[in-house]
Amino acid sequence: MSMQSDSANTSANTLPGRWQPAVTQDPMLHKHGALGQPVSRIDGPLKVQGKAQFAAEFPYEGLCYAALAFSTVARGRITALDTAAAEAAPGVVLVMTHRNAPRMKAPSLMMSSPTAAGASDLPVMQDDEIHWNGQPIAVVLAETLEQADHAASLVRADYAPLPAVTSFDEAKKTPRQLDNILGQPPVVEIGDAEAALKAAAVQVDQIYRTPRHNHNAIELHAATVAWTGDELRVHDANQLLDLTAGQLADIFGLEPDKVRVSSPFVGGGFGGKCLWDHQILACAAAKLAGRPVRIMLSREGVFRIVGGRTLTEQRVALGAGTDGRLDALIHTGIVAMTTHNSCPEQFTFPARHLYAAKSIRLAQEVADMDMLANTFMRAPGESVGTFALECAIDELAEKLSLDPIELRRRIEPETDPTSGKPFSSRHLIDAYDKGAARFGWDRRNPKPRQRRDGEWLIGMGCATATYPYHRFPGGAARIRLTAGGQVTVSTAVHDMGMGTATAQAQHIAARLGVPIGNVTFEYGDTTLPRGVIAGGSTQTASIGGAVIAAAEVFVEELLKLAGNDSPLAGLSLAEVETRDGGIGHREDASRFESYESILRRSGRDELVCEAEAPPPAEMEAFSMHSYGAQFCEVRVSEITGEVRVSRFLGSFDAGRILNAKTATSQFKGGIIMGIGLALTEEANFDPRSGRIVNASLADYHVPVQMDVPAIEILYTDIPDPQAPMGARGIGEIGITGVGAAVANAVYNATGKRIRDLPITLDKLM
Amino acid sequence: MNFTINGQSVEVEADIRSSLLDLLRNSLGFTGTKKGCDQGACGACTVLVDGERINSCLALAVQYQGRSITTVEGLGSDGNLHPLQQAFVDHDGFQCGYCTPGQLCSAIGMAREIERNIPSVVTADFMAVSVTVDERELRERMSGNLCRCGAYNGIIEAISETLEKMPASTQERARA
Repeated sequence: MSMQSDSANTSANTLPGRWQPAVTQDPMLHKHGALGQPVSRIDGPLKVQGKAQFAAEFPYEGLCYAALAFSTVARGRITALDTAAAEAAPGVVLVMTHRNAPRMKAPSLMMSSPTAAGASDLPVMQDDEIHWNGQPIAVVLAETLEQADHAASLVRADYAPLPAVTSFDEAKKTPRQLDNILGQPPVVEIGDAEAALKAAAVQVDQIYRTPRHNHNAIELHAATVAWTGDELRVHDANQLLDLTAGQLADIFGLEPDKVRVSSPFVGGGFGGKCLWDHQILACAAAKLAGRPVRIMLSREGVFRIVGGRTLTEQRVALGAGTDGRLDALIHTGIVAMTTHNSCPEQFTFPARHLYAAKSIRLAQEVADMDMLANTFMRAPGESVGTFALECAIDELAEKLSLDPIELRRRIEPETDPTSGKPFSSRHLIDAYDKGAARFGWDRRNPKPRQRRDGEWLIGMGCATATYPYHRFPGGAARIRLTAGGQVTVSTAVHDMGMGTATAQAQHIAARLGVPIGNVTFEYGDTTLPRGVIAGGSTQTASIGGAVIAAAEVFVEELLKLAGNDSPLAGLSLAEVETRDGGIGHREDASRFESYESILRRSGRDELVCEAEAPPPAEMEAFSMHSYGAQFCEVRVSEITGEVRVSRFLGSFDAGRILNAKTATSQFKGGIIMGIGLALTEEANFDPRSGRIVNASLADYHVPVQMDVPAIEILYTDIPDPQAPMGARGIGEIGITGVGAAVANAVYNATGKRIRDLPITLDKLM
Repeated sequence: MNFTINGQSVEVEADIRSSLLDLLRNSLGFTGTKKGCDQGACGACTVLVDGERINSCLALAVQYQGRSITTVEGLGSDGNLHPLQQAFVDHDGFQCGYCTPGQLCSAIGMAREIERNIPSVVTADFMAVSVTVDERELRERMSGNLCRCGAYNGIIEAISETLEKMPASTQERARA
């Protein structure tokens, strides 16, 4: 499909000058200015001084501290709950249990309504029933943190256990098929893939397993909450502000505008900083005690009540002709979930869009367990799905005696393999070629165990990275222009370190033709125009859509204010552009008037415009994804089985890059989390008790400095013609493909295929 | 209890059970020092005590009376950032910024350890007269400070640049 430019588009239903998703292109697509520059984070000076204020750092008069006690059984009823010692302990203000907690509505599952933010739909501390090992059974409020922690340790509980499913092997005997996987069908079948597999000249058919992971943002989950009458104020660490405010209003029976949630800074999110029990319990306890409350979970508390990525068991089967072309692509499997949440870990999503195959079968199921609700964690589905798929591709390449990049070149599709839609912009092979040249892929010996440095075997591996583009509707942006030429753009979005505020300041400067120093980007507060969530790598494009719409209104308003005495007289939105702190005719440099002049002449101190983003029609019309090629070199000790990643390169095709510095950090951060996924990370779930046994940062090993090599980042920087600013999301793609790139390198080094993450020493001995 | 914090003497009444971290954050308002695990595994709470880096979550406040404590608030100020703070901004040595105060204090303490020729587990020659500072030494010595955003490479670039520019012994009180 050829793209129409906005000026060429004259069909009856178009609005001249407006961005119409899937019909016209964002006029910013090829404009540069501040966009793309490696601007340092605008909140950097605050952060390095320790002045960025996080959720647990807002002072209140009369503040008390909360501590939680947790259940020690996976399922059952509380038969005795002795809180007398806790209540009598020094400084204790309140002990709240299901017996005295205020009546609250249960949360609604995220995505079940426009205000739902529940990670599960279980009622919170409303009855004596226990649903997972680690469920909060009591909240203690005290004058000091030490007093609260001590008193919480004095709470005693007895339980009448109920039968609990805490073994995945047991749970998967009764699999359940969901009616959809994040809105997509749970089963996709094109042709008879099983028959095609059997008939294929070359076959790979393997099971891959990935364990539970935890986000483990370094900031512990925290909230400072205060009631004033029926108004609730929440300082939170949060990546879905408006949903959280709406959900809290629903839980406590308040009008939505009575709840204000803010999160100017979030100490890492990765999908974990959403609405969990602690904020709800803190609000309830604050209400009961009539005091402001601060809650900060312990690290163990994070493991007990904030869900992580669930485990997966995946089958990938590939049938190919001797030329490598796929006759059959099968990706099926099962993940652990609960009956009270909906997070199916969409591991079959990469296979829906990556490779051409004559027949395809994709299917995923869930196995219900009695456990803490699992949730979205950086590239849910794609991070672990690409591990299985990209290892299998590597295995197939070896059987075909083909270079794995050459194999991918041969199975590169022309249109989306399952939807049939055209790609908006796809340069995966380009990313492979650039990455391979830079990494020195030609020095890889396809035969394993051929490079050695003393006890260390050295190998190289590669894998495809992929993550979908998505733009959420419903977000709005407000532009305020002052007579002095200052621009403030406001929307209730989030910067958890992704660089949102910096990239958007660059975007606004470029979009409105003003210096970046004149731009303020306001975010992180539900009193601002409704924002979108920070999830699914969607925020940048979603904000982009809202800012485009607001900027169109802004220009139209200014044209009206300019009136007939302006050089702009008679011009319409389609005929003008913003430049040099004002508006000018697109083709006539002499027709220009500055913002300041327009406001001055119209006697205005300021102009305020607000608009909502147009619906994401581009997602309906096109297959839109980011891509990447991950290259890894490992050294594996033949004596200990220890794996060290010695070099890494990520080559990405993620559309237009808005800030070279912060984007590179996003890619590297994803890759580093991927190194943890590949080599060390696993939340160990005791199948007897259903309890996480390594609930600490000492026992759950996230990558440290010493685990991280030099990492090089390349990107195509080719604007996606369908995306605002030409930019697709970059927050999650970095982690995808890393597990497979490492595993494939380990195979190249040692000749051992490890299909069960993490690749720990024991598996290589 | 009496302390010297960032050069100022401070007197405060506190629970004898308070960690230095909780005392700094909750009783004294030095919230620049962060809590990430409260058990010595993440390094977010790192402060300098008489020039040496410690995990303030593992330190009972009462034991640090009379000692000189430096937190991130004592390193630099608006318009007058410490060279290491500026280098962290320049090299994007953070994303969310939560582990950053601990990284900064830890790096300054580490520089002193290197200057005093204290070897690390990767130091080839424990008897050497001077420790050779390379990337591997820095990575090993900074491995007690976790960064989940994964800004590790920017952190090493920032520390290397600052070490090249100024002697370790001047770093604690240095400002740009």
